[in-house]
Amino acid sequence: MHKTTFSDHLILLFGVFIMVGPIFVAFMTSTHDAIDVHMKGLQVAWGDDFVDTYKEVLTKKGGFTGDVTGARMVMNSFILGIGFAVGKIVLSMLAAYGLVYFRSRFSTLFFWMIFTTLLLPLEVRILPSYDVMTKLGLVNTYTGLIVPLLASATGTFFFRQFFKSVPDELLEAARIDGAGPFKFFIDILVPLSKTMIAAIFIIMFVYGWNQYLWPMIMTNEESFYTLVRGIKQILLVWVGSQIPEYNQAFALAVLAMLPPVLIVVIFQSWFIKGLTESDK
Amino acid sequence: MAAIEISSVSKSYTGDALAVDNVDIEIEDGEFIVLVGPSGCGKSTLLRMVAGLETITEGEVKIGGKVVNKKDPAERDIAMVFQNYALYPHMTVYNNLAYGLKNRGTPKAEIAARVNEAARMLELEPYLERKPRALSGGQRQRVAMGRAIVRKPAAFLFDEPLSNLDAKLRVSMRGEIKHLQKRLGTTSIYVTHDQLEAMTLADRLVVLNGGKIEQIGTPLDVYHKPASTFVANFIGSPAMNLVEGKLTGGQLMIGDNSMQFSSAPPADGPVTVGIRPEDLQPTTGTGIKARLDYVEELGATRLAHCMTDGERLTAALSPEIPLADELTFAVLPEKVHFYDHATGKRLSNA
Repeated sequence: MHKTTFSDHLILLFGVFIMVGPIFVAFMTSTHDAIDVHMKGLQVAWGDDFVDTYKEVLTKKGGFTGDVTGARMVMNSFILGIGFAVGKIVLSMLAAYGLVYFRSRFSTLFFWMIFTTLLLPLEVRILPSYDVMTKLGLVNTYTGLIVPLLASATGTFFFRQFFKSVPDELLEAARIDGAGPFKFFIDILVPLSKTMIAAIFIIMFVYGWNQYLWPMIMTNEESFYTLVRGIKQILLVWVGSQIPEYNQAFALAVLAMLPPVLIVVIFQSWFIKGLTESDK
Repeated sequence: MAAIEISSVSKSYTGDALAVDNVDIEIEDGEFIVLVGPSGCGKSTLLRMVAGLETITEGEVKIGGKVVNKKDPAERDIAMVFQNYALYPHMTVYNNLAYGLKNRGTPKAEIAARVNEAARMLELEPYLERKPRALSGGQRQRVAMGRAIVRKPAAFLFDEPLSNLDAKLRVSMRGEIKHLQKRLGTTSIYVTHDQLEAMTLADRLVVLNGGKIEQIGTPLDVYHKPASTFVANFIGSPAMNLVEGKLTGGQLMIGDNSMQFSSAPPADGPVTVGIRPEDLQPTTGTGIKARLDYVEELGATRLAHCMTDGERLTAALSPEIPLADELTFAVLPEKVHFYDHATGKRLSNA
């Protein structure tokens, strides 16, 4: 086995420095006040405006209409991220369940039809999607924000492969034990898929959280703004000789980064557990 | 508890030959039936048709006098033990045992009583709160059995339940299954490819080959009167010697060796002759002459592999008998089995 040497650690430390450095600078800069940042540029030392900046970012009504706060944007982002992830998991699990266990003649055809939607990401169908949503009157609603993003070929594919690896005898034993299709799904498949669900939740939550284009199109009321959109909004408010609130933009960026990082950290143990312990 | 009747049952998959071909078996209440045969003989398919996991192409299966062809597995009042146990990996042993009862709406107190009773019977009590992956192979097997027992079904169906265990454990689990079945008196169908398991467990054996029944009978019946060369070869270890011979008016020729029979089958011409290895005993008189090829020591017995006129003969001898390069074997006439040369069917002694 390869023995770790000092130089190995150096390489790893260098990698950590490259990746964490900018985040560290962003965080440190966000603890100074705007004038400081404007005069002296980026900061690497702790300033004394941490509490003020973050308090202002989270509570001050901002934007043109002044009815959105940072906290509201955090909430919107969570609604989008969680709604997006949960919806995708529910939909793709049900689709995969249908494809694997209800062997209809066309299930392979259906599967490939679902799979080809990978070639049609939201950006390609953004105009028709918007059109449909307007006609349904769903502009400026959470439903309109989330639902068009839910159909997921990747999730369906992952769950299909997973369900296929579940031994048939388990289904047969459950059938003999008197479990119908619904019970088998809820009592056996869902608990078995726990780690798989966690893994997909991580990916989808981060994906949903980072959505930019679709929320921008679907919502124009500021109370629906997500964090990712909000950052830009702050830099846009450059009225007259006012100095842009760089510190607040950095604070928002740090806030926007935090939940996805936390989700990954929290679910990571599940993720690894799922990969190492076979539960089938 | 119930009798099971399998009448004219066939199974075909689209476009293929019959996997199970016109099988009739009547199983009495409380009987332990073993379906035995080589892989691909249709024994598992037959069992799965009784369980309701495969559709029945033709024929009828009755459990307790009622036709169950169209019924769901859960409605057939049967319990099945699978080869890979098929335990629910995310449930504790207790929940594994209780799941079938819960789905049937059994009251909680009764579930607890039944599960605890089964656990006591199978010595699983210390493990009730464990997950299956924290159990050994033998314990998992017991849980699978327990899952069948708690339901108190009309019949147990076993699909090669011991194949995943090591040899020693297999022998002891075999004893337990037999013991348990006798104690509960539940009608059982057991599928295996292991002829020893079949012999030791069965009240009656069903030997299957190519989807067809070769023979049904008690283990001793099947052993002492195999109905065909297939059964003769399949049941018994070491396998029965099958050699080519010629009958002419009660005189059997095996190569240059001749034997006189007072009650040989009334057929002249080539026949297949079957002799069990333990029925070949060395003699100083006349008999079948053979040259010793090699010897396998089994401790209690010794297998002498010999050649006689290009045919292979195996004799199971007592280790006390001295061996020589040339041996002469005597066989009691009633221990010689005759089979039709072309069809392999048993020829009855006249």
